[in-house]
Amino acid sequence: MNKTVPDLAAAVAGITDGMSLMVGGFGGSGAPIELIHALIDRFKATGSPARLTVINNNAGNGRIGIAAMIDAGMVATMVCSFPRSADPRAFTEKYLAGEIGLELVPQGTLAERIRAGGAGIPAFYTPSSFGTDLAKGKPVAEFDGRHYVQERWLKADAALIKAELADTMGNLTYRMAARNFSPLMAAAAKVTIVQASRVVAPGEIDPEQVITPSIFVDRIVEVADPQQEEALMREGVAYA
Amino acid sequence: MTSKLTNAQIAWRAAQDIEDGAYVNLGIGFPEMVAKFQPPGRQAIFHTENGVLNFGESPAEGEEDWDLINAGKKAITLKPGAAFFHHADSFAMVRGGHLDVAILGAYEVAETGDLANWSTGPKGVPAVGGAMDLVHGAKRVAVITDHVTKDGRPKLVRRCSLPLTGVGCVTRIYTSLAVIDIEDSHFVLREKLADISMDALQAVTGAPLVVSGSVADLLVPEL
Repeated sequence: MNKTVPDLAAAVAGITDGMSLMVGGFGGSGAPIELIHALIDRFKATGSPARLTVINNNAGNGRIGIAAMIDAGMVATMVCSFPRSADPRAFTEKYLAGEIGLELVPQGTLAERIRAGGAGIPAFYTPSSFGTDLAKGKPVAEFDGRHYVQERWLKADAALIKAELADTMGNLTYRMAARNFSPLMAAAAKVTIVQASRVVAPGEIDPEQVITPSIFVDRIVEVADPQQEEALMREGVAYA
Repeated sequence: MTSKLTNAQIAWRAAQDIEDGAYVNLGIGFPEMVAKFQPPGRQAIFHTENGVLNFGESPAEGEEDWDLINAGKKAITLKPGAAFFHHADSFAMVRGGHLDVAILGAYEVAETGDLANWSTGPKGVPAVGGAMDLVHGAKRVAVITDHVTKDGRPKLVRRCSLPLTGVGCVTRIYTSLAVIDIEDSHFVLREKLADISMDALQAVTGAPLVVSGSVADLLVPEL
């Protein structure tokens, strides 16, 4: 079994108009910049994929990554907890102009909805957001004298993930806090697409160290020495 | 004009109540300052929502590794015994009752323990982050805040007028003038600055202050 593909364009093939797309990362940590930019390249060449629903903790920063997708006009809706950043122009301008949708989800609820999506749990109850505007319209139940809000699973057509090590079967490790949402998203997407700093043969990652087991991974492309979103931001880079 | 504590002094006072070995989450912004004032001989273990336990101070400029950040997206360092974990585990720590203390900022706190700290109304882009999760599950949920708004209105109120972050969740408030517990939907005064009278403190507080037992002087060092 070998899930590697030859290049970034092949990695993001099959992502089409109107799909939902989970993108790993929290701020710049774990953002799969090269996969995102490959998708933008295809959109600029062909006009597709457009009208995407993008699921990430944030809504882009500066003029790169998810912000560059929004700038390009590929994103119909963001599902996120915190659509602000050091430079949130891309999302803010489109949001205030009514050109992009927003589903605002508390961060822990976002994580658990994705986890539930990958785990086959259609709904769950959480104390988060009870009694707030973000719980409006959602069923509430009492357990042991406390109130909880029902939340539903979140799944996606595809996930873009940045890993540190991958073996050719798809076992993954992550680098430091770049792990964040990625193991959850890998399980919750129909097609999980991974860029890894290094791809090794099966057996070269100690099974004790595997964070995402291969069953959750569909495609792998090696991107040695990947770009880091925060570092690009600080250099003032724009992807256009 | 009565004197009031600086933000550093409010953070110092809050830090005195954190026990040795406590697992603590500090909200982004002002609450992060609490980490600077851990009393000697005590070690708190700090949690950040994006998936790190036992992180330390920011590295020197130029030494940042941007894969190693906190929830405020600031570069951090690791202490011996640190751990990485994914977001579902991170919020299991938050909601599952595993954190000893969460310290947050506030726009308003009601005498019922309701907190408003995520939205000032319908204008602009709404953003919530982990605030609605953090107010549930920690054994103590404390707020640090100026006692009044910039234009002098009480931040401690009967009922919040701004959108809520959580209902009945705050247990203690450290302000620029006082330390107040929330018990049975009342503000119970524990400490106040020596040079502010009860009447003057009540005048800048939007709900009745209850005195139960003695009220200590709120004493902090020059910082």
